[in-house]
Amino acid sequence: MSQTVSQKILAEHAGLKSIEPGEIVKANIDIAMAPDLTAVIAYQAMKEMGVKKVWDKSKVVFLNDHIAPATNIQNATLHKQCREIAKEEDFTFFYDINAGVCHQVLPEKGHVWPGMLLVGADSHTCTHGAFGAFATGVGSTDMGAALATGKLWFKVPETIRVEVNGVLPKWVAPKDVVLKSAKEIGADGATYMAIEYGGEAIRSMSMAGRMTICNMAIEMGGKTGIVEPDRITDTFLKGRVRNKYKIIKSDPNAEYAKRLDIDASALEPQVACPHAVDNVKDVTKVVGTKVDQVFIGSCTNGRLEDLEEAAKILKGKRISRDVRLMVTPSSFEVYDAANAMGIIKVFMDAGGVVCNPSCGACFGGNNGVIAPGEVSLSTSNRNFRGRQGSTEGYVYLCSPATAAASALAGVISDPREVK
Amino acid sequence: MKIKGKAWNYGDNINTDFMLPGKYLELTDNKELAKHAMEGIDPTFAKKVQKGDIIVGGKNMGLGSSREHAPLALLHSGVGAVVAESFARIFYRNSFNVGLAAIECPGISKVKTGDEVEIDTIAGTITINSKEKLAIKPLPDFMVQLLNEGGLVPYLKTHMKEW
Repeated sequence: MSQTVSQKILAEHAGLKSIEPGEIVKANIDIAMAPDLTAVIAYQAMKEMGVKKVWDKSKVVFLNDHIAPATNIQNATLHKQCREIAKEEDFTFFYDINAGVCHQVLPEKGHVWPGMLLVGADSHTCTHGAFGAFATGVGSTDMGAALATGKLWFKVPETIRVEVNGVLPKWVAPKDVVLKSAKEIGADGATYMAIEYGGEAIRSMSMAGRMTICNMAIEMGGKTGIVEPDRITDTFLKGRVRNKYKIIKSDPNAEYAKRLDIDASALEPQVACPHAVDNVKDVTKVVGTKVDQVFIGSCTNGRLEDLEEAAKILKGKRISRDVRLMVTPSSFEVYDAANAMGIIKVFMDAGGVVCNPSCGACFGGNNGVIAPGEVSLSTSNRNFRGRQGSTEGYVYLCSPATAAASALAGVISDPREVK
Repeated sequence: MKIKGKAWNYGDNINTDFMLPGKYLELTDNKELAKHAMEGIDPTFAKKVQKGDIIVGGKNMGLGSSREHAPLALLHSGVGAVVAESFARIFYRNSFNVGLAAIECPGISKVKTGDEVEIDTIAGTITINSKEKLAIKPLPDFMVQLLNEGGLVPYLKTHMKEW
């Protein structure tokens, strides 16, 4: 029977030959990841279940990343508890505030590979589908059960296939592809489904771009985003992943719940307007909207390729004096590489504030929150009312290039028009 | 299971930032979380809510983050159940895992804030103002079991061997 890559991965981890969408299966987990804000609650849930130790100390990854470094006693205490748990359990891997955002650190450090089943106590765990993994976000109690037993129940998802063909024009980015699919699919159009991306534009895309696209599957309700692995995947993972892996792909005649075609060549830079991720417009429709803060970073768009794009636009220029530019590389590896390439200096010379890796700015935690009435233009993934600070603020989402062009002008701008 | 209370209707796309804003994610005490329930969309909700009240919404209830703080804040503020036309996946799972009923009910979005809502999970109905009845989507057996046992933690305490 023909199956999608998501069905095959879940079937293999459930010890079954094949499974049907809608079926509920119990599956073995390869890696369970939990960041500071949810890890402690998950661990406590495990203890309350009557279990003393995690099921496998080499398969659990905790990180202090969401508010890093600590900004008050409460989150400092959470960080301390995470460190204590990691020490007491003797976790093989633990990443403190000097590593980066969980969804960037996991693949960098070799915890993600094709065909694996990964759960994370963070909704953007779907990012790792970029590597051909089945990766999904869970709450703390589910994570507690995973820590306790190494197993969780899953409803086998149907799959939406998104074909992205053609070549992305200059200054049009993977972020624009995923914003366009959010517009077409809608904020609940993929609820309980996997979103599988393919087509020549995806095949020629770097891992950074594929991660940007899979990262936002959850914004359409998706259980995971997924891209079939290929040579680009292998090249990224070489020297990082310690175990052998198997390349799993969808069968050519696999059944999809829905198909969507995106012509990359005809795509314009996209902007998601307040207060919904699917309220997406071509940049030309919102050019001129005044912005107070521009944020480049997050698990969506804080990778080296993203910073490079933004720096190309900002090089040798100054941002508008009415704008604050916050730049947060996604990890210390990214930060270090960007620094070596002179990119960090470009941001600083342009008048930007370069922050340490942390999730804070994306969800109103730290590293730049907005005041009532202020407008944020952000390369992150959510623009819900109140997401980045005041509930009377406004958040727009865009690509790093659009963010950089807009920082220069102080208003939303088309990166294709920058001279 | 029967749950009866006053409805609070907040419409479509009630996200987890509305239920519990990100700045409170560092809280670990349920009583503290409860003080900020629904603060992102209704800052006075925690003061107004009565035990057993029911949050009502349209489509895609609970979209957004995986924060379990959201259903926990609702549960401990006194909310008896959440009813919507449809739910986002992680919030749906999290609700049952913490022992909060999340019930899909086509037609529920017409209920107004202040209406009296009675849920009967066994009969599979919701009665509005003791008059009109709506049919709820049947709950999967596993979800019913989770609710009866008080959530995933107590469930696993007794069923660890079968897991």
